[in-house]
Amino acid sequence: MSTTSTSGTRTDAAAATKTDPSAPERPRRLRARTLDDKLSLLGATAGSLALTWVLYGKILPFSGLVGFLIVWYVVFLLMYATVTSLSSPRPVVVDRVAGAVVMAGAGVVAVALLSTVFYTLVRGVPVALHWNFFTKDMSGVRPTAPMSEGGILHALAGSAVEIGIGVLISLPLGVVTAVYMVEVGGRLSKVVRTVVEAMTAVPDILAGLFVYTTLVVGLGWPKSGLAAGLAIAVTMVPIIARASDVVLRVVPGGLREAGLALGASQWQVVRHVVLPTARPGLATALILGVARGIGETAPVLITSGASTFLNLNPTENTMNSLPLFIFIGVRSGQPQFIDRGFGAAAVLLTVVLLLFSLARWLARPKV
Amino acid sequence: MSVVSLEKPQDPVPDPEPDLVPEPEQDQPRQLAAARSLQDRIFRGGSLSVGILVMVIFGSIGFFLALQSIPTLSRYGWGFFTESDWQPERDAVGMSAVLLGTFLVGLIAMITAFPLALACALYISEYAAPGLRKSLVAMIDLMAAVPSIIYGLWGFFLLGPQLIPIAHWLHQNLGFIPFFRVETDPNEPVWAQSQYTGSAFAAGLVVAMMVIPIACAVMQDVFSQAPAGEREAALALGATRWGMIRTVVLPFGRGGIVGGTMLGLGRALGETVAVLLIIGIAFDLKVRVLEVGTITVSSLIANRFGEATAAQLAALLTAGFVLFVITVIVNTIAAIIVSRGRSGASTEI
Repeated sequence: MSTTSTSGTRTDAAAATKTDPSAPERPRRLRARTLDDKLSLLGATAGSLALTWVLYGKILPFSGLVGFLIVWYVVFLLMYATVTSLSSPRPVVVDRVAGAVVMAGAGVVAVALLSTVFYTLVRGVPVALHWNFFTKDMSGVRPTAPMSEGGILHALAGSAVEIGIGVLISLPLGVVTAVYMVEVGGRLSKVVRTVVEAMTAVPDILAGLFVYTTLVVGLGWPKSGLAAGLAIAVTMVPIIARASDVVLRVVPGGLREAGLALGASQWQVVRHVVLPTARPGLATALILGVARGIGETAPVLITSGASTFLNLNPTENTMNSLPLFIFIGVRSGQPQFIDRGFGAAAVLLTVVLLLFSLARWLARPKV
Repeated sequence: MSVVSLEKPQDPVPDPEPDLVPEPEQDQPRQLAAARSLQDRIFRGGSLSVGILVMVIFGSIGFFLALQSIPTLSRYGWGFFTESDWQPERDAVGMSAVLLGTFLVGLIAMITAFPLALACALYISEYAAPGLRKSLVAMIDLMAAVPSIIYGLWGFFLLGPQLIPIAHWLHQNLGFIPFFRVETDPNEPVWAQSQYTGSAFAAGLVVAMMVIPIACAVMQDVFSQAPAGEREAALALGATRWGMIRTVVLPFGRGGIVGGTMLGLGRALGETVAVLLIIGIAFDLKVRVLEVGTITVSSLIANRFGEATAAQLAALLTAGFVLFVITVIVNTIAAIIVSRGRSGASTEI
């Protein structure tokens, strides 16, 4: 939480230098905590908890867990600062309070992330544990039907088909664009890079709107899995291109020069040196793109329509997908449908977590 | 790339004994023959054309949206930005309420996300045990990979009910500030809970969850590049850890802090489904962020495209174009700020 009481360390060191100039240098211990540090932290925590307990529920008319935690934290900061200022100079007080604030901020983010993951899993896994959840679709299932009827097979298959189309299009486009930006270069490549970077941030809904207006409204295609796959591809290309760009850029220039010096052509260097070196990184880029694409709701919402039945043909009929199934389920307001939505959310989250772990594993540092 | 680095003139090495050896001629880079094989020309031409194709596809999104919005803009003129209602059937279409809602949701998201992302980035780069750092960075990356619909569920079912008492308390005690007003009596024995749900406040907090990993990743990356020599100098002068952070890390990372925040803002402005799940839709020109009902550009598009006739679709496309322009501007500025001072040169061995 804080460094050792600074003033004390400094005088010790000064004294040591005065008495014996040849004394061995001792590194300053930055992470050590004195008994005083620990006790002030402990005391401030306990004292503020007790005070808040009395104030919050008993004397002041507040309620709610979040409010309690906020008040406790504020009281804690005040107490901690006061206790520290009894024994230490101002810089130490500031240091401790700043440390407490930074850690609390990080803690809030951690709690938020973990509660998101666990809440989804806790509500979703019991639903997803029905075997029929993975083997049946929702055709002919009443809205109030129990969880032992119907399932998300159609959404799973739809997500797989759409992401397949997305990968088929975005992988070559993204990687080749990155190769162009890094290996070929030139003035135009700067323009391409600028455009790609700007596009990473364009809201996903605009990709869906673009595909919907050009293909569905303009060319008269039906709302279909193909349109959704194209919309996903539009959102994935910049992600893959940017991630691959970073990966290709860290391929050591010496390797390229060695290849060229041995008489290889540029294509041979790219094909046999650069791409193999960057392969784990490119795989990571692809998987992160897929993890992103599979959770895209907005483009799918606009372009695919939502079927209740299994449809493996991307060119005709509407198609459901996991994020769309969750969205429609939760918006329906039907308790059973909300539960099914959570089941699908747990499945989606698990898929994303697995893809993410796979990406980390592929990108692990080689020993 | 390699060719360029070969041609780079080397810095002249100072000669240790200038008197004994005759003055050497200036180092001349070897001239490289520029003839490329057919294979190389195919490779370069092919990748060039893919690069151009990608640029054209993405350029055409902006161009197409701009083209489609001409009729709407010429039909409504400036009224498109001042009218607040969105009722194409009554021929009243305007974006002022939508833009205000987008701005408020983005503002709340940034107010929440900025300190949290900064704290997270500082914790990872300065406070966490070095062995833990990699896993924490992975957690942030994971946070960015969680689909936005999952955050929407979290915000709607878990966070939403928790926020009601807080919003009520803010209204009761700070209701004189326009932002915290709600058009209901807070002191009734049974106060209207439903007035405090589906607000820009709730939506902004959920969007903050999606902003934090983006901003935090950029900040943490820049903080960890702060020069070790200056850190050690500050510590050696007796600075506390926070003193070192304040005088070395934060000034060094200023570009990353600003740029990362703006990158997050780009995401906040464009977030769709999580916002659509949470908000109650209302086209009111109001800054009462705790009150039910707001609208953002992207949630407007997602909500209205289905029932849209040709004219309505054109109006939605115009709204999309406005959003497109805003996000592209924000992100370009952010990218310039982040990349300033960092060279894109390849790593050498």
